[in-house]
Amino acid sequence: MFAFIISRIMQALPVLLSVALISFAMFAYVGDPVAIMLGQDYTQAQRDALVAELGLDQPFWVQFGVFLGNAAQGEFGLSYRLSRPVADLIAERAPATLELAFTAAALALLVGVPMGVYTGLYRNSWLSRFFLTFSLIGVSLPTFLIGILLILVFAVWLGWLPSFGRGDTVALGWWSTGFLTWSGIKALVLPAITLGLFQLTLIMRLVRAEMLEVLRTDYIKFARARGLPNRAVHFGHALKNTLVPVITIVGLQLGAIIAFAIVTETVFQWPGMGLLFIQSVGAADVPIMGAYLLLISLVFVTINLIVDLLYYAVDPRLRIGRGKGGH
Amino acid sequence: MRKLLMAAALAAGLGAGMAEARTVRWAASGDPNTMDPHSQNLGTVTMVLQQIYDTLISRTQDLGLAPGLATRWEQVEPNRWRFWLRDGVKFHEGQAFGADDVVFSITRAQAPTSNYGIFVDTIERAVAVEPMVVDVITRVPDPILPNKVASLFIMSRAWSEANNATRPQNTRAREEMHTVRATNGTGAFRLQTREPDVRTVLARNADWWGWSEPSSREANVTEIVYRPISSDATRIAALLSGEVDFVLDPPLQDLNRLRQAQNIRVLEGPEVRTIFLAMDLHRDRLLYSDVTDRNPLKDLRVRQALYHAIDIQAIHRTTMRGQSVVTGTFFPPQVNGYTQSEDVRLPYDQARARALLTEAGYPNGFGITLDCPNNRYINDEQICQAIVAMWARIGVRAQLNAMPLNLFFPKIQRDDSSIYLLGWGVPTLDALYSFQSLLRSRDGGQGNGIWNYGRYSNPRMDELINVMVTQSGEPRNAAIREALRIYREDVPHIPLHHQMIPWAMRSNVQIPHMANNQPYFRWARMN
Repeated sequence: MFAFIISRIMQALPVLLSVALISFAMFAYVGDPVAIMLGQDYTQAQRDALVAELGLDQPFWVQFGVFLGNAAQGEFGLSYRLSRPVADLIAERAPATLELAFTAAALALLVGVPMGVYTGLYRNSWLSRFFLTFSLIGVSLPTFLIGILLILVFAVWLGWLPSFGRGDTVALGWWSTGFLTWSGIKALVLPAITLGLFQLTLIMRLVRAEMLEVLRTDYIKFARARGLPNRAVHFGHALKNTLVPVITIVGLQLGAIIAFAIVTETVFQWPGMGLLFIQSVGAADVPIMGAYLLLISLVFVTINLIVDLLYYAVDPRLRIGRGKGGH
Repeated sequence: MRKLLMAAALAAGLGAGMAEARTVRWAASGDPNTMDPHSQNLGTVTMVLQQIYDTLISRTQDLGLAPGLATRWEQVEPNRWRFWLRDGVKFHEGQAFGADDVVFSITRAQAPTSNYGIFVDTIERAVAVEPMVVDVITRVPDPILPNKVASLFIMSRAWSEANNATRPQNTRAREEMHTVRATNGTGAFRLQTREPDVRTVLARNADWWGWSEPSSREANVTEIVYRPISSDATRIAALLSGEVDFVLDPPLQDLNRLRQAQNIRVLEGPEVRTIFLAMDLHRDRLLYSDVTDRNPLKDLRVRQALYHAIDIQAIHRTTMRGQSVVTGTFFPPQVNGYTQSEDVRLPYDQARARALLTEAGYPNGFGITLDCPNNRYINDEQICQAIVAMWARIGVRAQLNAMPLNLFFPKIQRDDSSIYLLGWGVPTLDALYSFQSLLRSRDGGQGNGIWNYGRYSNPRMDELINVMVTQSGEPRNAAIREALRIYREDVPHIPLHHQMIPWAMRSNVQIPHMANNQPYFRWARMN
């Protein structure tokens, strides 16, 4: 077990390193931070001084080496745009993104699993057909469009929910939470639906397919033959066995939700890390972009590791020396 | 008795009305990068800071000059301006305002890390001659110094020194400076909460000296909540749903809808910003053209032909949806030096354009690349698309190269363009700023030709600009007029229009529209 973890961590290091290298190389194409920082009026001497001050006159590999050295110590410098330490900025924004991502994931699970079970059990009912048609919307409409539509209906027409921002937040130490105020909860609804809709439909279709498969297996037939009540058969035996792949997908998708919250955060002006990243791209704010991309790749690597470990724990076939197989 | 009671009730009611909290919720697409008053000379920064910090000289609603922290000013010698300061002013944290603070603020704006150098470029030093009198000594006679100090925010020396902020932020520094998030001004509002990119809350400073001025007597805003909303659609949705009262930058395509919406008002006015095309007038061969043996743009007839080919009314009507002021010169009427008789365009005339091209030796036109930003000015990319189509009709095959501003500006600043679209604002509201930056030969002198990326160079123009720098009164005005005439005849740019800026708000907000695109809530009223 311990050796397994170590080997996975050793595999993760080159991934992180190459993400750092690729993102750093890309920064050369996002524009010139100096032009943005200097504004409309400056002299050549001022420009040269700023370029030297930021170390932008150094060769690429020297700049990359300095970046890596600082990153290893958790030191990402000051944001060019906001003149504040990058680590502080990201720490300030992380709670907003994490709360949104977990709410969206919880929503996707709590709604998606029952919908999947229902459509798997009652394949031909009109409600199942409605769920399946509805799930096409979640899969096919782009996130920003769903967000704008929700804003139009629930904020502009009905006036029930706020169209932007996070509402009032309460500080718990360094963590700012929107769960403890009514306006914070209201503000969370539309972005969470927007972000979670794709995952919701994905989970629903996955559970449905797995349910259909499991319901055909012999042990379900035996269970029915033994006269077990439907409830025990459906939830105690069938659903339990569909959940293994669902857990995997949810885990992997959680990383995607955190990383791709960028679009949702932009549409709803949600003050999280994704919005910070987009605004940094606009200003060629290299320190923030570098730190953010590294952080996201770290999140992905970590989640992958956890999912691998879960597999290991959940699926007996993966344990060495116990090759029994079967559902 | 009954009358007395009613009067008392009325008075109580009025009193309650005055004390009532009036919050204006304001949104725009970008958040101020910093709260430091000398670090970033950007509209998104100054739109918040000018609510907090005063200047020696204030702007009036039509951008004229009015007493601010200085009640009186005079050019006592050619190289010496004297400012008499207002008594009894206090900073938000209680420090008394005096000559020392003015000297400190001017010196701070001169620091290498300051972004406000152009407003203090002629200043040698500032001296406190009395506790409430400051002399500003300039290297050359500077007739427009009052226009410049009207953009210079005054800080407290004691506060800045106590917080280790005597210079604007140095970007290489590891530490964040106090002034990035904290302020201490003398202005109408004080900073209450600052959460970068989320919200900035300002509260009314009841002790502000200016509340008794006629223009502010009706003002009743007690709190300003500024929130950036970068997505256009969301910003407008927030205004329509009543979550926001005032939007500084509504997108043009939504204006018609906003005008029809109930309880929404759109306020339109001119901006001090002119859009024009500038071109490479220096190289012997253009970098981006299929003419390889010479630079066609050096030929006046070619420049005139490109000018004649532009149907500016069509751009005004269709691309800008009426939201522009067509012009034949390169700064608008609000700028000192503007001359109506020189604001004349070459008429739209395709036949004439074709004839001029043939005369210049390009009967079949030529190919060229037009560089254009796509997120800096109102409809910038669409304007360029329209121009490309118009030029195609006279045989000029222009290729449009549209890009975001953080790629566009470095490109033109490397002189790496043959023809490009640029917009130019005039913060000093004096013609010299535009002439010196855009048309002066680049000779390394402070401010000379720093935005003249086409490298236009005309000795007579340079002479006239020197006159504008050193002279005042009639000789200076005559120089500006002659320079404008040269601009019209020489066609160093192809002028297009002055930008119009719409503001959108709920109909209970009353605020004067400002050509510098800055809302002044000291003059605003919420009903």
